[in-house]
Amino acid sequence: MLGLKLEGISKSFGSRRVFSDINLELKAGQCCGVIGPNGSGKSTLLKIAAGLLSPSTGKITFLAGEGEVSRETARFSIFWIAPDLEFYGELTALENLSFFARIRGIKKDNSEIVQQIQRVGLGKRENDQVGSYSTGMRQRLKFALALVCQPQILLLDEPGSNLDREGVDLVEQFIQKSRPNLAICLATNNPLETKYADFFITLGQ
Amino acid sequence: MPTSLSLWASRVLALLGKEIKTELRTRYAFNSLLMFSVVTLTAVSFSVGQFALSVQVKAALYWLILFFASMAGLAQVFIKEEEAKTSYLLKLAGPASIIYLGKFLYNWVLLLVLQVIIIPLFVIFLDLELSNLALFLTVSVLGSLALSAATTIIGAIVSKANVKGALFAVLSFPLLIPVLVAGIEGTQLATGGARFSEGWGQLRLLVSFSVVMLTVSLILFEFVWSE
Repeated sequence: MLGLKLEGISKSFGSRRVFSDINLELKAGQCCGVIGPNGSGKSTLLKIAAGLLSPSTGKITFLAGEGEVSRETARFSIFWIAPDLEFYGELTALENLSFFARIRGIKKDNSEIVQQIQRVGLGKRENDQVGSYSTGMRQRLKFALALVCQPQILLLDEPGSNLDREGVDLVEQFIQKSRPNLAICLATNNPLETKYADFFITLGQ
Repeated sequence: MPTSLSLWASRVLALLGKEIKTELRTRYAFNSLLMFSVVTLTAVSFSVGQFALSVQVKAALYWLILFFASMAGLAQVFIKEEEAKTSYLLKLAGPASIIYLGKFLYNWVLLLVLQVIIIPLFVIFLDLELSNLALFLTVSVLGSLALSAATTIIGAIVSKANVKGALFAVLSFPLLIPVLVAGIEGTQLATGGARFSEGWGQLRLLVSFSVVMLTVSLILFEFVWSE
């Protein structure tokens, strides 16, 4: 099982410094909350951890037991759920999940993928184009993709955004059930979500 | 290694399949390519009227249409990913080499389909004589390979910029001059009735350009795609 270690991470966009000297050691079974006001860099920090942005300074290490693994090895064990993440609107939910599973090198047949779509409450809509989905349904589909990909490090950026009561319950079940095997980093200011965190990083202080 | 190689190939083909499927549903790039080609060809054929064009002019026109059609359509493979914010999921899902090769193959297929449509139109409207069909087809296929290899990596670079259209043309033109020259010369030879062996020089240039461009792109793409 993988863990995540951030050492002295800072990020600047041009002359604007978003945050500096962020340190974190996150092991499997732990959940770290990232909190702070809007614009303090919560999403940016998660993008850096996901490998979607480079830090201005600092080092990211992936922990495997007592040792370390490279980003290339860990890369496809990381999954990021965020409002910025979008599916292909022209493809159906099943086609989207099947494509992302295949390109990740995961062998799953369609019936297994449909099961995961049903688990997030989108049963009977798997053959609809994602372009016709509401934002809440797309958010649920991101969790279905996470279930298909079975990551070891999960980065959640406002996971309950756009979800109804039933969707929020699904997120809670998802986090509680997968938590023992996952290292979770959760960026949110929602008190309903911060309760999952074992410890916090506070940005924008 | 055959298992990992076949898994790698199946991932590239998954991306190619996804591109073709979304294109068939949206006609995002192909309509731009086709409209540009057909409008240009029709306008030229009407303006030329009864005047016979030389082999040199026809060959140049054929490659200019392919070049500008590439400008209009091929950069879209990365631009649409950035604009629709689907690039994040793609970055998380696959290694850069798979993404580049899948996108490159799709661009090549798109250009080949375009050629299948515009070659008969050239023959009909501009009386293009395919005296050496084998040489003409080989030059066309290898030329589109070279065009696709270059425009795919340029498209990836441009997708990160603010002024995408202008930058794509500015970066592409100097890079693609050797392809245009070899393509035009090879087409002149093929339509002028030359033997296949007379076109070896142009074919070698197109193959060399493609190999160099694909190799450099595979190295560069990792850096372009990850930022």
